[in-house]
Amino acid sequence: MEVPYKIVIGLEVHVQLSTRTKLFCGCSTEFGAAPNTQVCPVCLGQPGALPVMNRSAIDLAIRTGLALNCEIASVTKWDRKNYFYPDLPKGYQISQFDQPICGPGYLEFSDPDQPEQMLRVRLIRAHLEEDAGKSMHDEAAGKSASRIDLNRTGTPLLEIVSEPDLHSPQAAKAYLTELRLLLTYLGVSDCNMQEGSLRADANINLHIDRDGETLATPIVEVKNLNSFRAVERALIYESQRQYDEWQRTGAVLGDAPKRTFGWDDQRGVTIPQREKEESSDYRYFPDPDLVPVHITSEQLEYARSQLGESPSAIRQRLVNEHALKPYDADVIVSQGRGVVDYFDRMIQAGANAKRSSSWIQQEVLRVMNESNQGIEDFCITAEQLSELVLAVDAGDLDTTRAKDVFQYWLQHPGSNVQSAKQALGIKDVDQSEIEALCRELLAENPKIVAQYKEGNTKALGALIGAAKKKNANADPRLVRELSQKIIEAEL
Amino acid sequence: MNLCTLSALELATRIQARELSSVEATQYFLSRIAETEQHIHAFTHLAEGALDRAEQIDSRLKSGEQLSPLAGVPIAIKDVLCTIGDRTTCGSRMLSEYRPPYMATAVQKLVDAGLVIVGKTNMDEFAMGGSTESSYLGPTRNPWDVQRTPGGSSGGAAASLAAGMCSLSIGSDTGGSVRQPAAFCGVCGLKPTYGRISRYGLVAFASSLDQVGPLAHHVQDLAACMAIMAGHDNRDSTSLAAEVPDYLAELGRPLKGLKVGIIREQVEHAALEAEVRDAVSHTQRMLEELGASILEIDFPHQEYAVPTYYLVAPCEASSNLSRYDGVHYGYRELGDASAESPLDAMISRSRSRGFGPEVKRRIMLGTFALSAGYYDAYYKKALQVRRLITQDYHRAFQDVDLLLGPVTPTPAYPLGEKLDDPVQMYLGDLFTVGANLAGLPAISVPAGFTSEGLPVAVQLQAPALEESRLLNAAFQLQQAGLFTPQVAEPPAT
Ligand SMILES: [Zn+2]
Repeated sequence: MEVPYKIVIGLEVHVQLSTRTKLFCGCSTEFGAAPNTQVCPVCLGQPGALPVMNRSAIDLAIRTGLALNCEIASVTKWDRKNYFYPDLPKGYQISQFDQPICGPGYLEFSDPDQPEQMLRVRLIRAHLEEDAGKSMHDEAAGKSASRIDLNRTGTPLLEIVSEPDLHSPQAAKAYLTELRLLLTYLGVSDCNMQEGSLRADANINLHIDRDGETLATPIVEVKNLNSFRAVERALIYESQRQYDEWQRTGAVLGDAPKRTFGWDDQRGVTIPQREKEESSDYRYFPDPDLVPVHITSEQLEYARSQLGESPSAIRQRLVNEHALKPYDADVIVSQGRGVVDYFDRMIQAGANAKRSSSWIQQEVLRVMNESNQGIEDFCITAEQLSELVLAVDAGDLDTTRAKDVFQYWLQHPGSNVQSAKQALGIKDVDQSEIEALCRELLAENPKIVAQYKEGNTKALGALIGAAKKKNANADPRLVRELSQKIIEAEL
Repeated sequence: MNLCTLSALELATRIQARELSSVEATQYFLSRIAETEQHIHAFTHLAEGALDRAEQIDSRLKSGEQLSPLAGVPIAIKDVLCTIGDRTTCGSRMLSEYRPPYMATAVQKLVDAGLVIVGKTNMDEFAMGGSTESSYLGPTRNPWDVQRTPGGSSGGAAASLAAGMCSLSIGSDTGGSVRQPAAFCGVCGLKPTYGRISRYGLVAFASSLDQVGPLAHHVQDLAACMAIMAGHDNRDSTSLAAEVPDYLAELGRPLKGLKVGIIREQVEHAALEAEVRDAVSHTQRMLEELGASILEIDFPHQEYAVPTYYLVAPCEASSNLSRYDGVHYGYRELGDASAESPLDAMISRSRSRGFGPEVKRRIMLGTFALSAGYYDAYYKKALQVRRLITQDYHRAFQDVDLLLGPVTPTPAYPLGEKLDDPVQMYLGDLFTVGANLAGLPAISVPAGFTSEGLPVAVQLQAPALEESRLLNAAFQLQQAGLFTPQVAEPPAT
């Protein structure tokens, strides 16, 4: 018998902050260098080496906290989280335990089930910590060989912890998508999941309604979620697995300690990870090598000045001020701040918002995707494209020819509408010329005229191709309009 | 020519005046070491190329280069300070072959000032102990009585001076590790204010207590050393930004009007031996003759100093020493390959075999005190009492300029006596740990010898950053004849 249940999900997201150097030393944070080349006595945990805090990590954390509506601590401090692991050279991680830099906050995003509805996820905290290194278990070299790369050791991470406010795998994915978009807009992280700049762990259990009472299944932490799709798939799988397990064993929260599962993306299953014999006790205590951090009002002001317009504010603006549909606003905003700027510049240069939006979505984004380039590298400027949209509006050329101009610009960057028209042989056409053409065509095609008179307005479509053949510069819209006018005048 | 008890400043002046060269001075001490080291074992190892470096200093001086007032002077460095290109063992099997890839800031400053490192001195393993007996390389002996301990943890630093094997010595003091061996060996030793000298490159024992400090026969040499080593270091977040005074220029101010407090709970302490108490009284009278006035001071939390220290220090140590896991550097021993986790087995075996019993005792103590369920009762409570002890000092320094008292309850005791009784060993720190808990400067000044011929000493303590006040008072006592720099001659063979 199926019993109704609610899925309860909380997410812990580790975001690598885009500082130039590591959190406690001057080593570069750049990705992809040869193993163990971006290290120094401090991040190698050499005896006697001491950490010195990177202030720009604090600035980025404050900026993020403000954007996530968090309370920003006036005093924050560093604590040691003690555990042994080969890629943790000091035997402890410098983190923040009881005084995180960002306190409670929230993030809103649109409900994937009802896009016009907003969901709000409360955030418990966001704290700074240093990343560990990377262990590589080299099977080829024999199973005893493990290699450690400490380039990543000491890279600043912001861990953003949500309340268990998410109630579907789709909502979890939508939350992550919005969070990543916000972080990219803030410029605090590149959020590149392949490079590990954004990592998510999920805590999930079920609240099952049975005979009027709510039973909670034991909480499972799912790790190794390397893409948003993996998050969604893993949570779908895990919620079903928990339901099946409950049906089988009846185990509820408190019967078992929190377990950790890993997601196997290839097999599409969650697998229990090796349990530690003892429950982990990290023996947190304040790091005596570092001093507490006092956050000044100047720092807060500075962070506020760096916030910029948030994705949700831009969506609202595009809908309210430019009458875009929420869907179209979202497509533009999701492309990042560069595309929004491009759109804004088109409007500023006089183009109509809706047509700018569709040109961007249909043409600009297509070319960007095909050529795998960013908007910064796109060779047609917003002002150029705006000129083209205005030319179409003015009837100087039709949309089909405008797309030819667009294509021509891709090959010949920097030219204007006029020179492109010249190069493509597009001539300005006099309306009387087209009218004469229409009369000629209608006279030649009495059948079409008859069909139209009988109410088949689509019949005129056949004339357009014929018109184009006689005059390549004939605007299809104008041909249709004038033909209608002529026939209706005869009625 | 006897260079052993000549002040380092005077030695440098003669080198500067080309009366003798740095090479000759270095040779002198190296030959003393060759004679004496077999009886004392003050060094973990001698530095390579000392004569070459002395020669470089000589030629720089010859070319007219202005170096520091201590240029050319041979110096010994406690083996807890990182020296690049040389071993830094911390008296531990764990680091017995460890060569740091960088130089400690304090040592770099000395090298830049033209001092010549002759060797690294022996110490209790990771500076944990008060007798230098826990060193993996074996104990150091007290030059005044080779059957006795030189104290610790900077036992090698103090013994190397007392045996005339160097002109200056650098130690570190976490709970008395400079002052107590200085007292046992009859030399001067200063623990500066916490943060006055950079800890960068000082292998950590207890980060909130550790401080580098100089040892010398003459007070003015400590001042000259401080002038070189003190100051902010942007690689140590806990180092202080306060301006560094001209410590040498501040020596010689009259003590007239100085108010000196005597801590009643210390001079009346049951564990204090009579001859040490006499030394304090004698010093007290001498200070009065120099124009100081004496006040009795209460220190209500004196009895909590040792228990507090033995929670704070092991807690920090348990974490600081986690990095020695046999993975990246240091001693490694592979464990049972068939173990469920060969990695855990390796870490466990490396640490079990790489650390000695005292270090393991403190790691376990600290790990326990920091663990869930015990943190509040031990570590957190210790931090609260630490604040109360600091308040005792603040209250005292509202009434007095300096505090006078003993360094240790007894003179140097026989080797092995307290080895099996760690609590007895810890209680020996009862007068010294307070300055570390409160982060204040304190100095150990020799005050003659017992009837058995063992050195005794007194301790002066001052408010934060008042090293000048401490050094000046100690200098005036030296000038008034409280002690005469002396070297113990090795036993006849
Ligand atoms: Zn580094």
